[in-house]
Amino acid sequence: MTTQDLGTQPSAGDGPPPDDVLRAEHVSKRFGAVTALRDVNLHLARGEVLALLGDNGAGKSTLMKILCGFQQPDTGRIVVNGQELTLKSVEHARSLGIDIVYQDLALIPGLSVYHNMFLNREKVRWPLLNNRAMRRIAREHLDEMGVNIPSVQVSVAQLSGGQRQAIAVARAVFENAKILLLDEPLAAMGVKEGAMILDLVQDLKRRGDVSVIIIAHNYGQVFEICDRVNLLQQGEITFDKPSRETSVEELTDLVVEEYRQALRERHGLA
Amino acid sequence: MSDTVESGSKVLGPAGADGDGGRGNGGRQVVVRSLAVFGRQREATVLVVAVALLLYFGITHTSTFVTQTNIVDLLSELMAPIAIIAIGEVMLLICGEIDLSVGFIYTLAPFVTLFAITDYHLPSLVAVILGLLSGVVVGWVNGFITVTLGVPSFITTIGTGFVLLGVALVVSHAEPSPTPPIALGVGKWLGVPGNPWQWAPFVWAVVLVAIFHVVLTRTRWGLYTISAGGNLLGAREAGINVGRIKYGNFMISGFMGALVGLQTAFYTNNVDPTAGGYTPMFYAVIAAVIGGTAMLGGSGTILGAFLGAMVLATLTDGFDILGISANILPVIFGGAILVAMIANVQLARLRGAGRSI
Repeated sequence: MTTQDLGTQPSAGDGPPPDDVLRAEHVSKRFGAVTALRDVNLHLARGEVLALLGDNGAGKSTLMKILCGFQQPDTGRIVVNGQELTLKSVEHARSLGIDIVYQDLALIPGLSVYHNMFLNREKVRWPLLNNRAMRRIAREHLDEMGVNIPSVQVSVAQLSGGQRQAIAVARAVFENAKILLLDEPLAAMGVKEGAMILDLVQDLKRRGDVSVIIIAHNYGQVFEICDRVNLLQQGEITFDKPSRETSVEELTDLVVEEYRQALRERHGLA
Repeated sequence: MSDTVESGSKVLGPAGADGDGGRGNGGRQVVVRSLAVFGRQREATVLVVAVALLLYFGITHTSTFVTQTNIVDLLSELMAPIAIIAIGEVMLLICGEIDLSVGFIYTLAPFVTLFAITDYHLPSLVAVILGLLSGVVVGWVNGFITVTLGVPSFITTIGTGFVLLGVALVVSHAEPSPTPPIALGVGKWLGVPGNPWQWAPFVWAVVLVAIFHVVLTRTRWGLYTISAGGNLLGAREAGINVGRIKYGNFMISGFMGALVGLQTAFYTNNVDPTAGGYTPMFYAVIAAVIGGTAMLGGSGTILGAFLGAMVLATLTDGFDILGISANILPVIFGGAILVAMIANVQLARLRGAGRSI
């Protein structure tokens, strides 16, 4: 009853529509006896913001690791820009424009914002760094993306969690990412901080050339900015609707129903 | 927790949209702002301490402290070795490692040079270069065991340090030898008593500190060193070859140890198997730490370590002049490192609490 027919999605017809930048088709992944993902179908249109929701252990991170090239699926296909391929590594995925952004993993706390923006892609006037050029470009890029920080010269250690997340996203876009996977971008973040990230994603959406998958378990926060919602439950995508056709209440009901189901099963076994 | 590596008169770039308030309120604001900028520099505290100590001894004991002999003692004999070894330790500490063997490289390198001259009759310049290279090789071995074989550098360098000490004792039969006179033509460039060569160790220290300050703050090598210690995973994710950085910094540290060992051998005209050891290494680490280098990696400054070495040397020299027993010095140094670390940790905590959101 909770499973939506994926075939009703307009973009999931025969043959990939040209506008899908990323598709996962019939993807399954097992770890020993545990099935982490079961015949998952996911698609992402150009410029779309997709929320991938699900409880802990539903398979969100496994799916993300597959999409960013960190792991390979046991079965199923990955299609990037209409082309079926194997994502061999994170670097390979990145070279195709797929980048995953973690909140704390990405940045170097002891370096300034602009050095972080250019990490391993520094502008050099041998033998020295061309700091002036990097500062200017970083400033311009952050301004253009609407990221508000007092100065690109402060070290990342002095920034708040939200600012860091914003810098990490900006850096990924700066490095030409076209498909951004944001892993729990609002975790442990205050309302004001979260709003900053949501604004940033909104801005990306306006630019139109970057597609975003936001992984979250607090769907109330991401609901307003996403175009579509997928719900992952026990390794399966059980729900796929444009966000204007659903509501936070409907999603909550689904999750609560799943929880009740699990309880019933456990009691049945006991 | 840490400041930018950018040292900074121009800390505020083009103002952010964050309404940072009125500009151009005249001189007072400039003063306030420069004081704020100064206070934010990691070197600020240790600079104040170093200058205060120099002034104190210079003013209260002018006739003994401000003499050429004493200044050479202070700068070339006491400070330069600490400052030079500290360069290597700062680079290593920042990238998350430490070299406890550097004092034994100091011990062994002069023997390499000595035997190259006496046993193999090599030209003294070649012998000196071989001595320096031996330090680089030991640094490479430290890197290999730490990075490639995965042993924590704390353990690696205790092990290699003991090995080096043993080798030095064996090859010297635990007896010191005079520096071969034939080598003095080269040796004077590293520093020997008498004008002007007695200034050489200090000049080496200043030049190397200047070079490595630039390396740390203005080159990729410096950025990657900070990255390796600040966020190892993040640095790897960005595609930085972290292992190469660590190897290189171990080799820099080895070079510095060998250089100081050779300088001391020439300066004292004595190749001594009991020279070096843990003391110069620990002094260098203390200089690094009170200069603002984080023991856990990710931040630090070469200039700070230079000033830290100045503080330690001034205390040692000043106490000597005051006629106070040198036995109390370890208490002072131990206290200094504790105060510096407590201040570091607590200030970081305060700053963290002060930052809202």
